Amino acid sequence: AKFEPYKVEYPGKINEVVLGATKKDGGTRDKVVVLGGEKSLPFYLFDADQPNLPAIAIDIFDRKPMLAKAVREHYEDVLEDPADWARKAVKEYGADLITLHLISTDPLLEDTPASEAVKVLEDVLQAVKCPIIVGGSGNKEKDPEVLEKAAEVAEGERIMLASATLDMDWERIANAAKNHGHVVLSWTQMDINSQKTLNRYLLKRAGVSPNDIVMDPTTAALGYGIDYAFTNMERIRISGLKGDSDLAFPISSGTTNAWGAREAWMKDSPIEEDSDWGPRELRGPIWEIVTGLTLSLAGVDLFMMMHPGAVAVLKEVMYTLGG
Amino acid sequence: MKVRSPLEVYKFLPQTNCGECGFDTCMSFAAHIIDRSVKPENCPPLIRDAEKDAKIKKKLEQLQALTSPEIAEVVIGVGDSAVKIGGEDVIHRHEMTYFNPTAFFYDVWDTMSEKDLEEKCRKVVEFRKFYVGKFLTLDGIAVRCTSNNPDTYKSVVEKVASYGKPMVLVALNPDCMRAALESVADKRPLIYAATESNWKEFLKLALEFNVPVAIRAKDLDTLKSLAVTFKEAGVKDIVLDPVTEPLGEGLKGTFERVVNLRRTAILGEDKDIAFPIMVTPISAWLIEGDEVEKAYWETVLGSMFIVKYADIMIFRSLEPYSVIPTVTLRFNIYTDPRTPVQVDPGLREINNPTPDSPVFITTNFALTYYTVESDLTSAGISCYLLVLNTEGLGVEVSVAGGQFTAGKVKELMEETKIAEKVNHKYLVIPGLAARLQGAIEDETGWTVKVGPMDSGRIKGWLETNWPPK
Ligand code: B12
Ligand code: SF4
Repeated sequence: AKFEPYKVEYPGKINEVVLGATKKDGGTRDKVVVLGGEKSLPFYLFDADQPNLPAIAIDIFDRKPMLAKAVREHYEDVLEDPADWARKAVKEYGADLITLHLISTDPLLEDTPASEAVKVLEDVLQAVKCPIIVGGSGNKEKDPEVLEKAAEVAEGERIMLASATLDMDWERIANAAKNHGHVVLSWTQMDINSQKTLNRYLLKRAGVSPNDIVMDPTTAALGYGIDYAFTNMERIRISGLKGDSDLAFPISSGTTNAWGAREAWMKDSPIEEDSDWGPRELRGPIWEIVTGLTLSLAGVDLFMMMHPGAVAVLKEVMYTLGG
Repeated sequence: MKVRSPLEVYKFLPQTNCGECGFDTCMSFAAHIIDRSVKPENCPPLIRDAEKDAKIKKKLEQLQALTSPEIAEVVIGVGDSAVKIGGEDVIHRHEMTYFNPTAFFYDVWDTMSEKDLEEKCRKVVEFRKFYVGKFLTLDGIAVRCTSNNPDTYKSVVEKVASYGKPMVLVALNPDCMRAALESVADKRPLIYAATESNWKEFLKLALEFNVPVAIRAKDLDTLKSLAVTFKEAGVKDIVLDPVTEPLGEGLKGTFERVVNLRRTAILGEDKDIAFPIMVTPISAWLIEGDEVEKAYWETVLGSMFIVKYADIMIFRSLEPYSVIPTVTLRFNIYTDPRTPVQVDPGLREINNPTPDSPVFITTNFALTYYTVESDLTSAGISCYLLVLNTEGLGVEVSVAGGQFTAGKVKELMEETKIAEKVNHKYLVIPGLAARLQGAIEDETGWTVKVGPMDSGRIKGWLETNWPPK
């Protein structure tokens, strides 16, 4: 009997978003990263080509963050210097992009003024020539100011500003991106309707171009809500492919969240009846890999990660399925 | 399932609203058939009438056909440990839910030393990982014939059978398979695998011993042809193995075959291949590399196909770093997205508390509650645990969203009369709810202590913080 595969075709297409700008476009990056462009579910090459494979950004911070031991040991020598940190992430660990988190701007931490904090961004832009993503501290009042300054000093480089959210002055972030030619990350808390709302605000009210938006519908780790995250992203992606232009954007995932799961970092199980948990050095990276891999199947285009081993394995998986 | 609305089901029911099924009305019963929590057989009058009346019998059969899952259900093993695979109705879990979690089988072989065999079987039987109120466990053992000797194979299969877990018998040689089946067919093992070269003998075995059979072929035309042949010969319990290749183009092809099989069965309504799918992550052990690299890649393959449609898998690695992520992912992907994951709010007494014992508070989100409860129980901490109704949300989410408030904490403390049960006024709140400390103190008049961020650290925290000074 002949097997006739059932074909699925979607009317829509995910917008392509370019991160970074080379000399010819007024920047100093030596390559750009293109996200999106899908016409089918991820890696369904039998339905349609996938022009751009997902990319991986490595997280770096402008002050020492709390890190699981298995992650920290790979960055021990560069934790004090974000420029070195970025170099190591790109050269040794194969990052396609760098995400610089300006967490020292948090009023509850050092409260570094925006104008001073963005000097680190300038250093990083010097140190590495890949596209850059810049995040604030998550403080709703301070972030707009920090990201505005970042947009200013990175003029021409087409960085991504992370993030605009519904409960802050998203319009300032949107304008900063618009005025200086950058991309906005539209971040919502695991709810398809809020994601649609925020994207629409950015498009319609703030007038951001559809090719300048990436969205982060929130990543929950394996065992800690990945079921919500997976299904939320999968629904968003399918809506985009079906033609909902408010949701047809590339998806970004804060995959480093996987390290929040106790299975990733705890030495042993706190539950006595559990079978042995084995060495955490091996449990942690695979937790990040499986979290990323699962969400890659929901449609993630951009992973923000930390463990070099996890980065390497996820890359191999995606290059195999998508290559 | 071919029907979507309760009305379509209702037509086939007695329509007497007798209530014997446990629902008030036939309509309500029909709605539960649609969400697959009951089956037509659960309506006793319908079954009784069908026995007497041929016409009603036909109606019942029609209803069963209309409401049976798109993908056939296959049972492997017998008794309490039996595992059901397949039975899926949807391509994406949000369309309804996935039903029967991927069954995990672990590889042993008949030329293994007795000691290794025993150790591996024991590990499969004993594995447990606490998660959301229960223990995640493994399903069965796959016994591979490497001796090519029927007697050897048979005796090892018998040994494995004594562990009481479902089995997959892996032997391409029909003589070896027959020898094993002669002694364990009543355990309902899955026989693996009928291929283009041995299918005649395997068809005979499947029929003679009435056991489920896996059909293996990389070419989907061949796979389908074999499935049709088996089906037409009267074999109902079929599993399809489209061959798992671990790397490069091979893996890409595997992904395509698995997705196409499931999509064509459900969306294309191709009944000839509407059977459970087998994937063998164990093929990762064919790649180059050290043990850890192979086990990692096996975990990767397993995870990929837990998300995409595998109903049964064979693994080799029993390392915790392989098993813990895969059993967790399987649970998450197969959680029913239609049911809220909450527990009852109220007061729990843990390890026989006394009036001196500490009082903790947490939320009624199942993942939060069971994590906290089991941390306290297994650390041997005697205490009271207040469970706040946060509408099924975790600590940080409900603090941010306003379901975890000082006012509600006060109400809960009054309702549960916790003040009468202890001789102190100290309440320990989660570290992630620290910002409510002042408000709860004002509202309740109790002293509020901020506990650690993770409940797994409560034990250490108590050492320096309890009794309070
Ligand atoms: C899944 C999730 C959701 C799901 C929630 C599903 C659910 N049933 O809870 C959904 C999508 C609904 C959601 C919604 C929102 N979320 Co949310 N969500 C998450 C996420 C990804 C995981 C949370 C989780 O489940 N953790 C696992 C559970 C088990 O942890 P837990 O409950 O905290 O329990 C642990 C500890 O607290 C401790 N513990 C528990 N009890 C006790 C008791 C004692 C005595 C002690 C000592 C310890 C202790 O031990 C437990 C085990 O480790 C986090 C981000 C993250 N990765 O952490 C964001 C997060 C919690 N969400 C956040 C926000 C802001 C929201 C929203 C307000 C977003 C919005 N603007 O709409 C809404 C609020 C909805 C509402 N309340 O109405 C923020 C909170 C920020 C803050 N600190 O205030 C977070 C941190 C994300 C972020 N970084 O911005 N969210
Ligand atoms: S048992 Fe059957 S006839 Fe009686 S109420 Fe239920 S569905 Fe209706």
